[in-house]
Amino acid sequence: MKLTPHKRFGAVALTGVLALALAACSSTSSAEPGETSGAGGGSAAELSGSLAGAGASSQEKAVAGWIAGFNDTYPDVAVSYDAAGSGGGREQFLSGGVQFAGSDAALKPEEIEKATERCFGGEALELPLYISPIAVVYNLPDLDTEHLQLSAATIAKIFNREITTWDDPAIAAENPDVTLPSTGIIPVNRNDESGTTENFTEYLAAASDGAWPHEASGDWPLSGGQSGKGTQGMIDTVSGAEGAIGYADASRAGDLGTVALKVGDEYVPFSAEAAAKVVDASPAAADATDKRLVVELDRTTTEKGAYPLVLVSYSIACSTYDSESDANNVKAYLSYVASPEGQERAADPSVAGSAPISDDLRTKVQAAIDAITVAS
Amino acid sequence: MAVTTSTPPQRGADPQAPADAGAAVRAASTGRVASRVFAGLSTGAGVLILVTLAAVAVFLVMEAWPALTASSEDLEAISWFNASSVAAYVGPLVFGTLLASVLALLLAVPVSIGIALFISHYAPRRLAQGLGYLIDLLAAIPSVVYGLWGALWLIGQLDPVFTWLSSTLGFVPLFEGYQAPAKNVLSASVVLAVMILPIITAVSREVFLQTPRLHEEASLALGATRWEMVRMAVLPFGRSGVISAAMLGLGRALGETMAVLMVISPGFLYSFFLLKPGQHQTIAANIASKFPESSGLSVSALIATGLALFVVTFAVNFAARWIIARRAEFSGAN
Repeated sequence: MKLTPHKRFGAVALTGVLALALAACSSTSSAEPGETSGAGGGSAAELSGSLAGAGASSQEKAVAGWIAGFNDTYPDVAVSYDAAGSGGGREQFLSGGVQFAGSDAALKPEEIEKATERCFGGEALELPLYISPIAVVYNLPDLDTEHLQLSAATIAKIFNREITTWDDPAIAAENPDVTLPSTGIIPVNRNDESGTTENFTEYLAAASDGAWPHEASGDWPLSGGQSGKGTQGMIDTVSGAEGAIGYADASRAGDLGTVALKVGDEYVPFSAEAAAKVVDASPAAADATDKRLVVELDRTTTEKGAYPLVLVSYSIACSTYDSESDANNVKAYLSYVASPEGQERAADPSVAGSAPISDDLRTKVQAAIDAITVAS
Repeated sequence: MAVTTSTPPQRGADPQAPADAGAAVRAASTGRVASRVFAGLSTGAGVLILVTLAAVAVFLVMEAWPALTASSEDLEAISWFNASSVAAYVGPLVFGTLLASVLALLLAVPVSIGIALFISHYAPRRLAQGLGYLIDLLAAIPSVVYGLWGALWLIGQLDPVFTWLSSTLGFVPLFEGYQAPAKNVLSASVVLAVMILPIITAVSREVFLQTPRLHEEASLALGATRWEMVRMAVLPFGRSGVISAAMLGLGRALGETMAVLMVISPGFLYSFFLLKPGQHQTIAANIASKFPESSGLSVSALIATGLALFVVTFAVNFAARWIIARRAEFSGAN
């Protein structure tokens, strides 16, 4: 749901009224926030109220799992998540409509400025809490290997329709021990705007040494090919014809074959550890801080055992909230999401099949979460 | 969405001359009130549909206005907007919508007429009733079920047919370049054809049943076979009815969303390659596909395409009315 200008104005006005009301009574209750935040976000019984989020649909399933897990401990907090898309989620967050947002892309510089205002002088938190490996899937049921081995350049040529049969010398050279069929290759893309497409094209553009002539984009750049709507549409289409190849959230690959990507001198099939590894191996973005843990994903990494084709989706929140309950709720919720239990829950293939974050990253994330305070 | 509004004919109370004069007065007065209430209600209903239609049209124009007046730079900033103006974007979509619907009509109408004739003139009475009931049941299946059926089952079944079509008739550009899986405009048309079959059949059947018995018997008495009787008496009588039935079906096909969305590999081209993937897309399916992640101007642009669909549907219905009106004098209907 999008906020119409009227509603958005209403939301801003409401926030303003709330801020005034709270400022008026802050003198009487100023002792309490210190106590509760000192106790680490308060005990289960103390937390109540509602916590609204909006944003990327990529995270939707994981967030649903996190909300369920969070409510096991804090049943009185009503958490909601509106999968309005990354852009819509950031917009709603910045206008104060929701307390947290999910976004496949980091905040833009002008959004960071706005965030300071929205966060009552504080800073925006950007936490890479959802890491999802993307698999390159193919439908070749008779192939006698577990993972076909391909480099980014070969994948780029396949999807750019330069390599048209599976027994092409370029594919054969990378798979010397595999008997390849002469079946024609049917490249399949997503036909809706998607974070999966954006990360896939970004990987191809960065790692294929120029074999991918298009820019990274959430919309597929070529027209006139087979395509499917959403991850399920993609999987159905690839399953529908022998020789088809596509890309999808790795947890949904099912019976389809998956490609081992060339990283350095070896070939790495996707796995949760390999996906988390590339995030650790990637440098922080130029404008990242200890609150905004934005990662510049290194698609060309040569780190042993890293799988560079991943989607990272951020949880965006404020370092400062004007109400004690918001601050405590956000703090408790994000702590749960970052915790090993929360990450394991999302990693369950029946929930989202994401890759749990590493302990190193968790330490940094938790430090940022612990710094959430109430505006004085 | 054919809309005809005619104020109901004002009929005065018409009591059947009762014997008792007092009873006659009472009956006349209650009859007058009831008549007035009924006239008011039906006029109100007629006005309501006009108001609704106007409200929809006004909503579409208002919401589409930002996109219609936006500069081409603003429009090109929308990630999926692959044209420089709304008209250029809508063009291939209108083409795809019409192509898919017309193909569906071409597939459905002959079959429907066959079924309708079978039910009305060939089948034994008991079988005809059962069959008619089944056909009506088909019309009640939700379109998303047709979509699932098309996407998960039909595509697999069409694959060998299309492979054969493309290899034997591939020299005809229409059937060139088939690529599995069968997610092309012809598959979508087949699903649409199945969807519109029941409505065309049901209306045609009713019309064929209205053929005057005397015409049929006269034809048979002159020595016509049953086929000649159907050709000379039933079909000319039912022609305008069949055309209205086809237009009803076309209306449903034009606006169909889920079935197309789930079956077709979309593309934005003016293309007559019926078997190639990624050539066509329909307006309704495109809106459903793009809307969830849209905001601001991109929503307006989608609503502008909806406005185009509104206009196209209107135009098709007006054309249909015109055809029916022109042919009315030749049919047995008057």
